[in-house]
Amino acid sequence: MKNPQSRALQIENLAKTYDNNFKALKGIDLEVKEGDFFALLGPNGAGKSTTIGIICSLVRKSSGRVKIFGIDIDEDFSAAKQFVGVVPQEFNFNQFEKPIDILITQAGYYGIPVPVATERAHKYLKQLGLWEKHNVPSRSLSGGMKRRLMIARALIHEPKLLVLDEPTAGVDIELRRSMWSFLEDINRQGTTIILTTHYLEEAERLCRNIAIIDKGKIVKNTSVKNLIKQLNKETFILDLKGEINNINTLDGYPLTMVDSSTLEVSIDKDQSLNQLFNHLSTEGIEIISMRNKANRLEELFIDMVEKNLTENEDADNG
Amino acid sequence: MDNQKKWIAFTTIVRREIRRFMRIWPQTLVPPVITMALYFVIFGKLVGSRIGEMSSLPYIQFVAPGLIMMSVITNSYSNVVSSFFGSKFQSNIEELLVSPTPNWIILLGYIVGGMARGLGVGLIVTILSVYFADFSLYSVPVTIAIVLMTSLMFSLAGLINAIFASSFDDISIIPTFVLTPLIYLGGVFYSIELLTGFWKSLTLLNPILYMVNAFRYGMVGITDINIAGSFAMVGLFSAVLFFVALWLLEKGSRLRS
Repeated sequence: MKNPQSRALQIENLAKTYDNNFKALKGIDLEVKEGDFFALLGPNGAGKSTTIGIICSLVRKSSGRVKIFGIDIDEDFSAAKQFVGVVPQEFNFNQFEKPIDILITQAGYYGIPVPVATERAHKYLKQLGLWEKHNVPSRSLSGGMKRRLMIARALIHEPKLLVLDEPTAGVDIELRRSMWSFLEDINRQGTTIILTTHYLEEAERLCRNIAIIDKGKIVKNTSVKNLIKQLNKETFILDLKGEINNINTLDGYPLTMVDSSTLEVSIDKDQSLNQLFNHLSTEGIEIISMRNKANRLEELFIDMVEKNLTENEDADNG
Repeated sequence: MDNQKKWIAFTTIVRREIRRFMRIWPQTLVPPVITMALYFVIFGKLVGSRIGEMSSLPYIQFVAPGLIMMSVITNSYSNVVSSFFGSKFQSNIEELLVSPTPNWIILLGYIVGGMARGLGVGLIVTILSVYFADFSLYSVPVTIAIVLMTSLMFSLAGLINAIFASSFDDISIIPTFVLTPLIYLGGVFYSIELLTGFWKSLTLLNPILYMVNAFRYGMVGITDINIAGSFAMVGLFSAVLFFVALWLLEKGSRLRS
């Protein structure tokens, strides 16, 4: 039974400097509640994979404290590891082994006897649509299947905390949605999930809380709802019925022509769209469809990362 | 991790290692047998018949224990070095590193895997040697003890090589430039009584000499050196290599960033 007050992960002042003196993490603090679906976002090189690497022991921290379900990794990493399942970004299983053998072997590393491991392996291979391929060399699996195999492998010891590093990278839309649905299911059953992703739509759809990391620092840590509330401006693309040569401007609505049948407009969140549509009607322009230029979260993300970049430059100049 | 879980983790690694070399048996089990058969034919029968006796034994009987030991050494070493480096290269060593399996269990698992192949090939070559030479085991305990310790020692050496290796070239440098010369100059093909002065003293620094002689003593009852000294030497080398390998794993050397 999950306890929403208890913490799946507590990170205090975590820092990592690599041997080449690159400071990947500059003292981050992070808390993930038990049962949460948490997104860790950031551009390439921000420190996401380093953070995950420290949680699963592939990267040694320089300083700071990490607790997994209350267990300090400096005191008993072995016990803490029992709670964590990791799906890395790159395929890292033996390509010559069969999926069934990969899962049973991984279970063995956690001390799970073969009969139990076999039963679980069958269960997860079926749930993730890999059963028909359970006995073929894993190198013959498609990219999407290999990614699902890594999810099955991470779940084989039934961890309380599942960490996924870009799990849907390079996966087609249909498969991505089925993986989302699978992850939502296991989260509902009580598994805490931490996800890093480049697909911000994925974070918005799946996660309740979010941290944005950039240049080794957490620049935002809040709920997805709160983050969306901070969105001051949205950019829409308007598809027109017919073509136009130019457009008269409307005060407060910066309209630009993308091409003769497409317009772009940025609107503050307290502005009404009716005034814009009235203006376009007066101009004799008919709108046939309208969509967001980018994912809403993406706009916020870019805004925050750019703000962080400016602050860093100011600090460097100062 | 309690003891029962540690045991499961250990047997899992051993099983996986055995499965690996059995799956690729044409690469792991057949070539050493063919090579050793050629050694027996050429050095034992064709050339050996002209050499006559060595240490008052027919040359085929003198050389056979050395050839068996040679196959044990090279196969124990190459199994661990190729398996561990292969795991590093494909990154599937991370499967083990993220698990709660203690480093000493990882170490033991790989060593026992290497020993299984070394001893397996050694057994096949021994069966093969019976076809070419007549044997009656002089001392079963000495034979078994020294072959186990030798296999252990070279499995450990293979693991250390794999930890430091960063390319496939790195895993062939030691076998080519260190292991092969040590084996060939370690009393497999000749008695050190044939050497004098500096060369004899230099040969006495070669640990393989002690293993080959102890094994030859176990099989045919003759040796160039003291058997107790042989066991002490192999035991000492194994202990040092064990602690170096464990220290490297604990430190995460070339395994964790």
